[in-house]
Amino acid sequence: MIDRNTSHMEYQEGMERIDSDIMERVISSMNAYDPDSYTEKDVKAALAAEYITPEHFAALLSPSALPFLEEMARKAQTETRKHFGNSVSMFTPLYIANYCENHCVYCGFNCKNRIHRARLTHDEIERELQAIARTGLEEILLLTGESRHMSDVEYIGDAVKLAKKYFKNIGIEIYPLNSDEYRYLHECGADFVCVYQETYNSDKYETLHLSGHKRIYPYRFHAQERALMGGMRGVAFGALLGLDDFRRDAFATGLHAYYVQRKYPQAEISFSCPRLRPIINNDKINPKDVHEPQLLQVMMAYRLLLPFAGITISTREAAHFRDNVIGLCATKISAGVEVGVGGHEEEAKGDEQFEISDPRSVDEVYQAIKAHGLQPVMNDYVYV
Amino acid sequence: MTDDKLILGGHEFSSRFILGSGKYSLDLIKAAVEQAGAQIITLALRRANSESGNILDHIPEGITLLPNTSGARNAQEAVRIARLARECGCGDFVKIEIMRDSKYLLPDNYETIRATEILAKEGFVVLPYMYPDLNVARDLVNAGAAAVMPLGAPIGSNKGLATREFIKILIQEIDLPIIVDAGIGRPSQACEAMEMGAAAVMANTAIATAGDIPAMAEAFKKAIEAGRTAYLSGLGRVIDKGASASSPLTGFLYQ
Repeated sequence: MIDRNTSHMEYQEGMERIDSDIMERVISSMNAYDPDSYTEKDVKAALAAEYITPEHFAALLSPSALPFLEEMARKAQTETRKHFGNSVSMFTPLYIANYCENHCVYCGFNCKNRIHRARLTHDEIERELQAIARTGLEEILLLTGESRHMSDVEYIGDAVKLAKKYFKNIGIEIYPLNSDEYRYLHECGADFVCVYQETYNSDKYETLHLSGHKRIYPYRFHAQERALMGGMRGVAFGALLGLDDFRRDAFATGLHAYYVQRKYPQAEISFSCPRLRPIINNDKINPKDVHEPQLLQVMMAYRLLLPFAGITISTREAAHFRDNVIGLCATKISAGVEVGVGGHEEEAKGDEQFEISDPRSVDEVYQAIKAHGLQPVMNDYVYV
Repeated sequence: MTDDKLILGGHEFSSRFILGSGKYSLDLIKAAVEQAGAQIITLALRRANSESGNILDHIPEGITLLPNTSGARNAQEAVRIARLARECGCGDFVKIEIMRDSKYLLPDNYETIRATEILAKEGFVVLPYMYPDLNVARDLVNAGAAAVMPLGAPIGSNKGLATREFIKILIQEIDLPIIVDAGIGRPSQACEAMEMGAAAVMANTAIATAGDIPAMAEAFKKAIEAGRTAYLSGLGRVIDKGASASSPLTGFLYQ
């Protein structure tokens, strides 16, 4: 039983340890990062640089860079176009279960929150997949709440195998696994893994993750590396902006991805940039000081640090914002989103994780992308 | 910047100019080393293998010898030459040069990785000369190299930084010192390599074929120092032309 008395920095039984110094490097760089120490001059130097270093990245995330959003946008758009042309990928998430064993105070799925819990059966999953496939999407992200008991690896593997019948590109956003379990899910057909650290500030992390395996910070931190060791093609990084000092969290997120890419040069890297949203039984949760300009600043700083990385924009953000960041820095957008369990074919069987801000259908988002002079892309990947 | 050191295999150097010793008269080596301010000089072991006119007799005291394996056609031969160099008292540094091509003398990257792995395990400070390929550079890091030495242009060609874009990539991606080796023909090219962030420059033919060898050695020294200082200072920015006052890309935030 992992609870408040469990040290959040110590691995627990069954959690695989790997040989990596990336966590120590990220934490020490983040602790040394003082966003207020950067000046306009540092920002201009970063904007003029041919290659963005972590030090440039630090300047671009600082408050001194806020007056330079337009200049950052020009550079970000140039880089985005250079690496992605006018393509924008589309996908949708499918929540197959919302049982959770963790008490994370900001999340609608947390085990102490009284919501309707559910887990889709094999047949229900297949009907949902069929309904989504009919919209024309070819990429899907399968999600569960973080419960090894209620949604074990075998259950998730079966869902991946089903998804492979209808989709060309399958990602998973589930609890962190050991590398052999990632290998199993890769063999089932999944190739992309999203694990978000939420906040990289370990002291803050402890106060937000009161019980459950998610409380163990280093096991979560090293999930991307284990996924790559398990043969996955790509991994996604993200901090939940608004939980702690968002500049320092974004800095750590960028560095985490940067170091993983250097260690595993073959990995496909992507970022998600979620802000806090209201949840069932707590409509007061909000992203605090992360307003749209700050969110855009973070996204563009990610783009400039890793110009080749994918950046996903979720339905946590409003349509107007989403439509304007694609092609500028974001490269992937979700559509036709349900964040309850199921809900694509039949009425949602379990409650949702958070409130979404963009309820548009796949077709509506598709048309919006085209209206911006960009090309919606359903798939550009082959499973090998 | 006085504590700006080049570190190779745990050894510190204040000079970032590695001088070659081939192609010129033995009695000029001392003057060239002095005018270059060089602390590392390369020599071909095959040239130290002579009863008369041994090149080792002409290299000043206190200079680190960097024997190279020129003449090796594969990893096995390079390893044998490196071991011989160590036995001859040339120290633990070795520059791996493996050529299967006697016309252009282009390095064989695959054999170079193999030799690096063997020699690093034997405790050598291995400096592999290579064609600038990122994947190969990563393999050299994993094999235990102390630095990576990409060529700027075919050796002896004096054609400068023909591989500029690929060397830039190595500088960005590889955590070891990147030493530009081969092809540098003028001090200005050495300066440019250093401005880009190269850790050091190695030159030989450009100096050996100059009219006044010690003077050219000094010119290279100054160029390398200037380039290093510029790199550490952070180059001034180039102003984009046509900047506009409106905010076409971010105006949506305020609509």
